[in-house]
Amino acid sequence: MSSKTLFEKVWEQHEVVPETADTPAVLYIDLHLVHEVTSPQAFSLLRSRGLKVRRPDRTLATMDHSTPTDPDEVFGRIPIKVESAARQVKELEKNCREFGVTLLGLDSDKRGIVHVIGPELGATQPGKTIVCGDSHTATHGAFGALAFGIGTTEVGHVLATQCLLQRRPRTFAINVHGRLQGGVTAKDLILAIIGKIGVGGGTGHVIEYRGPAIEALSMEERMTVCNMSIEAGARAGMIAPDETTYRYLEGRPYAPKGEDWDRALERWRALRSDPGAKFDREVDIDASSVEPMITYGTNPGMVIPIHGVVPDANGDPVHAKALSYMGLNGGERLEGKPINVVFIGSCTNARLSDLEMAARILKGRKVARGVRMLVVPGSQQVKREAEARGLAQIFIDAGAEWRESGCSMCIGMNGDIVAKGEYAVSTSNRNFEGRQGAGARTLLASPATAAAAAVTGKITDPRELLTA
Amino acid sequence: MEPIRSIESRTVVVPFTNIDTDQIIPARFLTTTTKEGLGKYAFADWRYDASGAPKADFVLNTPEAQRCSILVAGRNFGCGSSREHAPWALLDYGFRAVISTEIADIFRTNSLKNGLVPVVIDEDTHRWLMENPGAQVRIDLETTTLHLPTGAAVRFPMEAFARYCLMNGVDELGFLLQHSEAIDRYEQAHQA
Repeated sequence: MSSKTLFEKVWEQHEVVPETADTPAVLYIDLHLVHEVTSPQAFSLLRSRGLKVRRPDRTLATMDHSTPTDPDEVFGRIPIKVESAARQVKELEKNCREFGVTLLGLDSDKRGIVHVIGPELGATQPGKTIVCGDSHTATHGAFGALAFGIGTTEVGHVLATQCLLQRRPRTFAINVHGRLQGGVTAKDLILAIIGKIGVGGGTGHVIEYRGPAIEALSMEERMTVCNMSIEAGARAGMIAPDETTYRYLEGRPYAPKGEDWDRALERWRALRSDPGAKFDREVDIDASSVEPMITYGTNPGMVIPIHGVVPDANGDPVHAKALSYMGLNGGERLEGKPINVVFIGSCTNARLSDLEMAARILKGRKVARGVRMLVVPGSQQVKREAEARGLAQIFIDAGAEWRESGCSMCIGMNGDIVAKGEYAVSTSNRNFEGRQGAGARTLLASPATAAAAAVTGKITDPRELLTA
Repeated sequence: MEPIRSIESRTVVVPFTNIDTDQIIPARFLTTTTKEGLGKYAFADWRYDASGAPKADFVLNTPEAQRCSILVAGRNFGCGSSREHAPWALLDYGFRAVISTEIADIFRTNSLKNGLVPVVIDEDTHRWLMENPGAQVRIDLETTTLHLPTGAAVRFPMEAFARYCLMNGVDELGFLLQHSEAIDRYEQAHQA
């Protein structure tokens, strides 16, 4: 019997028609997540062809990208300010009604960022194939699912057939030894990995994150790691399920119950790479040597440790352009640099443990004068729990803005934007030019590093405030 | 989709690596509910100044560029967000092919779905193209060859099925729907 990787096992279990030399595989999709920005044209495609959604029971929609986070707009006390966002919200409501798809909309207490609510509701499970018209679908791989982002046309394909045409990607093992040190988080780990392999390092591959440092991570930490697999160019990122995974899932609304749960556990326990399974590529990382990280440039691979120095352009015009956009110079230290905005949010770092980490640093302290801090919980459920545990009050007392859930300032589609030239320390996943607003200067970091910057008003090693 | 056999044009060179889809089409334009009309917003933040006026020195604003249908860019073109609005914007601008040494996965798939041909070539050919903007080249899908004005004929990779779909204007949704019975059987077998 041949040794297979986790990826191969999940892939092969979902082949409706295997790949040939001339044709891609037809791959069955267990769970299709939908949001308002990448679905309108897909539903229009079905409508124009007179097609139904094949499996509404395998389709779950929510609103996150362009939705407001201001409670007055969310709850209809005032109209949604961004007119095009209002239109997309209405469009998804109409489409879900017409096609019979469950929608967790603005009036739902279960709604939130699509990659936060899937796991939260127990819809994300080991061994499933999961897709969404959003590249951070990779997040769900933390459960040992094969989860990847697709474009709008493919969203239409999945709605109509519950399948996709796919060529099998290659496999890439990232073995993480050692253990993350105090004050160093899963976000720092994935930033360090991307810094090492580069933003194109994973192209054409599905990454499996393995090793003791990965096994020591909580589910929320695993989601942070898998979430940013796309920033390394990878198709998807996976972590084998284990007891941590099963403990997280048990009892959640969409998780199997009773005998179904026992049968599921048996299936899930087989979902790991066999000893001796071969990967197309392998890289080793030492978690013990990872420091708090911060990006300096205009892609997530342009990253340094918190005490590091911005690399020189050395004649590279693209690097020089990035430094010019960011208003930074080669040889400069980032530590101590004043910043303007702090954003705690996004599908990377807006879960309860992320808010707890930020609250540890903000407790009894204030947001520095002149700094705007926005805390946007990943879902309405995270919001409620954070309020129940007093975390929200810590943010409010510190002078931060506490909002309703949504993608918000990560992508800046809903009016939550960073102004031109402002430095924003952000727990999100992309620091591309103009991502958070035209001319915005994004510095990606962990919730701890972001919270520390909010308190001091400058880029700060969070470990200084964690021991104090 | 129209069948495509070959594409011939002068090239437009945008000489940056890691051009992400936020640059190709910024998020504020994703609120459209159709595919049309995004061409004027392609590379918006590089093309227009704060007041919305076109920057005369950005290559896509020149009249020559607006007649071209082949874009040459640095490696890892189309990385980042899965927004299919990126190939829609490029197609609406007038491009029919993108050439680079590396094209990001999701962007590549999205491009193929819309008839924007992704062409990946070697470093040396790429360097020549980057140094010779405006060169008249021809992309032949029949032979998956890029013809340069130097006389060089450079093969590029393309999976048989992707090539077949482009050359015959095949609708992939139709292809998938033909597998309905196999999908039924899969669902029954997996009690799905």
